[in-house]
Amino acid sequence: MIALLLRDLRLAVRAGGGFGLGLAFFLIVTVLVPFAVGPQSALLASIAPGVLWLGALLACLLSLDRLLALDWEDGSLDLLATAPLPLEAAVTIKALAHWITTGLPLVLAAPVLGVLLNLPGPGYLWLVVSLLAGTPALSVIGTFGAALTVGLKRGGLLLSLLVLPLYVPTLIFGAEVARRGAVGMETVTPLLMLAGISAGALALLPFASAAVLRVNLR
Amino acid sequence: MSQIEKNSSLWSYANPRKFLATTERVMPFLWGAALICLVVGLVWGFFFTPDDYRQGSTVKIIYLHVPAALMAINAWMMMLVASLIWLVRRHHVSALAARAAGPVGAVMTVIALVTGAIWGQPMWGTWWAWDPRLTSFLILFLFYLGYMALWEAIEDPDTAADLTGVLCLVGSVFAVLSRYAVNFWNQGLHQGASLSMDAEENVADVFYIPLLVCIAGFVLLFIALVFYRTGTEIRARRIRALLARERAGA
Repeated sequence: MIALLLRDLRLAVRAGGGFGLGLAFFLIVTVLVPFAVGPQSALLASIAPGVLWLGALLACLLSLDRLLALDWEDGSLDLLATAPLPLEAAVTIKALAHWITTGLPLVLAAPVLGVLLNLPGPGYLWLVVSLLAGTPALSVIGTFGAALTVGLKRGGLLLSLLVLPLYVPTLIFGAEVARRGAVGMETVTPLLMLAGISAGALALLPFASAAVLRVNLR
Repeated sequence: MSQIEKNSSLWSYANPRKFLATTERVMPFLWGAALICLVVGLVWGFFFTPDDYRQGSTVKIIYLHVPAALMAINAWMMMLVASLIWLVRRHHVSALAARAAGPVGAVMTVIALVTGAIWGQPMWGTWWAWDPRLTSFLILFLFYLGYMALWEAIEDPDTAADLTGVLCLVGSVFAVLSRYAVNFWNQGLHQGASLSMDAEENVADVFYIPLLVCIAGFVLLFIALVFYRTGTEIRARRIRALLARERAGA
């Protein structure tokens, strides 16, 4: 499992593209928002948590395409399916690698970009906490979407359409935690819901993803 | 096959020929009953009920809005059950029925959203509000779109049935989750349930009975459409099988 994880990480870093793409997209979105809505700092402060969450989500969505497609093309997915490692575990590792290469950099970059958007002081902690709790769900759900569309020639658009409604609860609770944190409200309830979604998705969705992959590899 | 198996089990309808033979016999009655219910319910509702004292005649859109919304959700439920049956027992008719129900459910969702917007414009002063019920219907519509798109995108019918089946299961969980999430997110404008059995705030009887007739009409219409479309899917697949056999023979 660790070998697979290391392989995926190495591929993501060295093969170029995947690793920086999400981060660059996140950066572009947050830098461009003030140009689009105007530079009033009060307005920026009020929309900052939502914009940062939305940027993180879209950056995640952008990188889902290559999550399984490359392994599908060169046939290593077939090898993984016949390996002694259960496919459920392999899929979980894939999601974990995606999270480390996409989700974690976003979490680390978010506070820096928060400065650009004039995020209020207490918001930084909650932004990082909410992203930490929420991005694993984005990766796991995204892996499911990628597994569904892996056999298709141009699955990108379909992948976005399938994953979009699945991302809604995570986005709502995640942005709610960040927003409430920024204005100093109580954040426990949405944070627990967010963590619950992440934990539930992590526990159950790999089975669905593996089942779907088996069908696609049949 | 023994006599008992042949006649008494619901599963015998998993045989496409039996399914087609039975539905073809029932079809005219279903269409007829749906038509009668819809005509009676809508005409009664539109022309023979009093205007509401606050909402005027706009209230009459309820005869389209409520049944369509009800069927939009129940169509997904039916797809969920049919997908489960396909995934567990591998009856092709079941998978095709789920596929057939998809577009019908999507249209119901659109009807509910559009009639809601038409009613909302004079009543709430806006076509659209990010109210929990409206939002969750929009999300439901996205689920329908994704489901139909996935069916269309995959060539091999069994693979498509498997993948859409799993998507339907996962989607159901997330649809429920979204419902709670949007409730949490925004309290909203939409009124509460107006048809529950025990609520005190039910709509008055004058509106209630024609509404029930309309709902019955929509249910019958849905069943008729699903049977009809399933029959079409079965025949389409037969044609494909015949063509494949011909090509193999030639």
